[in-house]
Amino acid sequence: MTNDPLVRIRGLTKHFGKAPALVHAVESVDFSIARGEMLGLVGESGSGKSTIGRMILRALDVTAGEVVFDGTPIHAMSQRQLKPFRRRMQMVFQDPYASLNPRLRVRDIVGEALDAHGLARGAARTARITELLEIVGLQAEHADRFPHEFSGGQRQRIGIARALAVEPELIVADEPVSALDVSVQAQVLNLLQDLRARFGMAMLFISHDLDVIELMCDRIVVLYLGRVMEIGPTDAVCGDPRHPYTRALLETSPKPDPDARRTRNLLQGDIPSPVAPPSGCVFRTRCPQAISACAEAVPPLRRVGAGHAIACIRQESPRSEAFEGRAYPSSAGTDEGAD
Amino acid sequence: MTVALGAVSEPLLAIRDLAVTFRTEEGDTTPVRGVDLDVLEGRTTALVGESGSGKSVTSLAVMGLLPRPAGRIAAGSILFRTAAGQRLDLVGLPATEMRRLRGNAIAMIFQEPMTSLNPVLTVGEQIAEQVRLHMGLPRAAAFARAVEMLGFVEIPDARRRATDYPHQMSGGMRQRVMIALAMSCNPRLLIADEPTTALDVTIQAQILALIDRLRRDHGMSVLFITHNLGVVAEIADHVTVMYAGEVVESAPVRDLFHRPRHPYTNALIDCLPARAVRAPDGRKIVRSIPGTVASAFAAPGCKFAPRCVHAADGCATRHPDLGSGVEGHAIRCLRWRDL
Repeated sequence: MTNDPLVRIRGLTKHFGKAPALVHAVESVDFSIARGEMLGLVGESGSGKSTIGRMILRALDVTAGEVVFDGTPIHAMSQRQLKPFRRRMQMVFQDPYASLNPRLRVRDIVGEALDAHGLARGAARTARITELLEIVGLQAEHADRFPHEFSGGQRQRIGIARALAVEPELIVADEPVSALDVSVQAQVLNLLQDLRARFGMAMLFISHDLDVIELMCDRIVVLYLGRVMEIGPTDAVCGDPRHPYTRALLETSPKPDPDARRTRNLLQGDIPSPVAPPSGCVFRTRCPQAISACAEAVPPLRRVGAGHAIACIRQESPRSEAFEGRAYPSSAGTDEGAD
Repeated sequence: MTVALGAVSEPLLAIRDLAVTFRTEEGDTTPVRGVDLDVLEGRTTALVGESGSGKSVTSLAVMGLLPRPAGRIAAGSILFRTAAGQRLDLVGLPATEMRRLRGNAIAMIFQEPMTSLNPVLTVGEQIAEQVRLHMGLPRAAAFARAVEMLGFVEIPDARRRATDYPHQMSGGMRQRVMIALAMSCNPRLLIADEPTTALDVTIQAQILALIDRLRRDHGMSVLFITHNLGVVAEIADHVTVMYAGEVVESAPVRDLFHRPRHPYTNALIDCLPARAVRAPDGRKIVRSIPGTVASAFAAPGCKFAPRCVHAADGCATRHPDLGSGVEGHAIRCLRWRDL
């Protein structure tokens, strides 16, 4: 155990396709995940959050930049070289229906990871599968069943048991509760917290839901169109958001409080296409504070507090100015590139 | 509850004791029963529930769109007040009359606009076609009206966007086109079935504000179907909560959130990440509802009793009626007075 981060990414970039339809999915993203840390990646469609998760797991190749796992660069490794690292990181998927093989019994879904890494055979394998099912709140007799016999929440538990089988140091959870009903979502969120407390693995928690991220994570990375807008401890990002986009996300998330609705402000226009992201700051076309300088250069991340940084040249603006006079606009914006 | 015809206090839509049955290979099932619901003139009623609660089946029943021949209304009435003040029971209304009502006095928007729009016609042509049918306008005038409608739902540069095909638009823009189509015949009731569920949070906020503005400007009523309690708090005047095919509680929006009377409503609100509580060990946890909804349909008494922390002896055997409670609440619970 060292103080070095478990995962460090530097200049991570992913492009899909080629010009003129080159998709800028992720552009030059830097962050690290400490051992045992729960790091949240939050953003809307096209923010690149899932792509980053997949590059860290090497389920996708990187276009540029580095992924360093426990001190070792893994972004350029061959599949063969990666094998020992595969065991140390696992993924939990959004769709508990598509992510489990319908022809395999639960025993073999969970056991496959044990087999692939030669971790347990025979009676030890059966015992380990039973143990894993119990850890995630299922029972031993569930091992003989097929995925279709389970509810969405139970399937997600099976997916979590599969991820835990190899005792990973990192779990990438990509929208793990987005497909679940709210009452079931609560059960799975609590399970993930219990597992983290019990086994101490780090987790990269990817979600579009800021409430879920705020509940679960120690630190938050806010993404927009493939770039980091704000990064910092959860209390700082949610309690004192400094980037206009983070403020907008917090303000537009519907709150379960009918008295809060009068204070809501709206962002104008649509998220631009990642094929033609705006020059300079990618958020400027929807930003209520944008000035002409915002189009000129990509704003670097600057420190605004302990471990708290934003990519905005207008950080000095007082908070209240951001949305002045913009409550409930009667017409949408006419931003260029809004599509 | 009988009110003189045409009285202001009479709801625009009044559903009473509605039951829907589906014929399946294993015999008849009744996914919806005991539904009472009011939508007042110029107001928004939210119908909220989890998967399988029967909220969408209820909305299809109102529109006369239950899949035939399997689905049918087995009992109850759906009273709709026409512009002339006449009270129509939509149950048993001849198909030709229902068709005339649908798309005129009653319009509907869905979660995925792409499936409701014609992919080979431009959006302007689709709206113009509707306008020609309903208003008998000549082609050029109908197209001009379509452009006007697109501006009316805040689509920037409407004249140019009218010549776009649906696939050239973002999800948010397509939902605006659906709303323009729905509004083109000046409906008195808009049924919106999860219209923002597939949208990003900043776009969802725009669409909610648009629907609310149209309601205010046109004195339209809205039946808003959603699983999202945050959205309910944002848009509803009155809320009807369904569980396992039944209405369990109905109340004005502030009352429902501040003082939920039914144990299910209470538990559902408590499940939200935004309502997380501190556990003794300092971690924030969400309270969850034990078990799954699957057990509910077989329950002879209260459908929620198997999962209810307040369930007492009679709850498992005695089926509670939907009774009037305090302050405009309707509650289906034997024990609400004691809780």
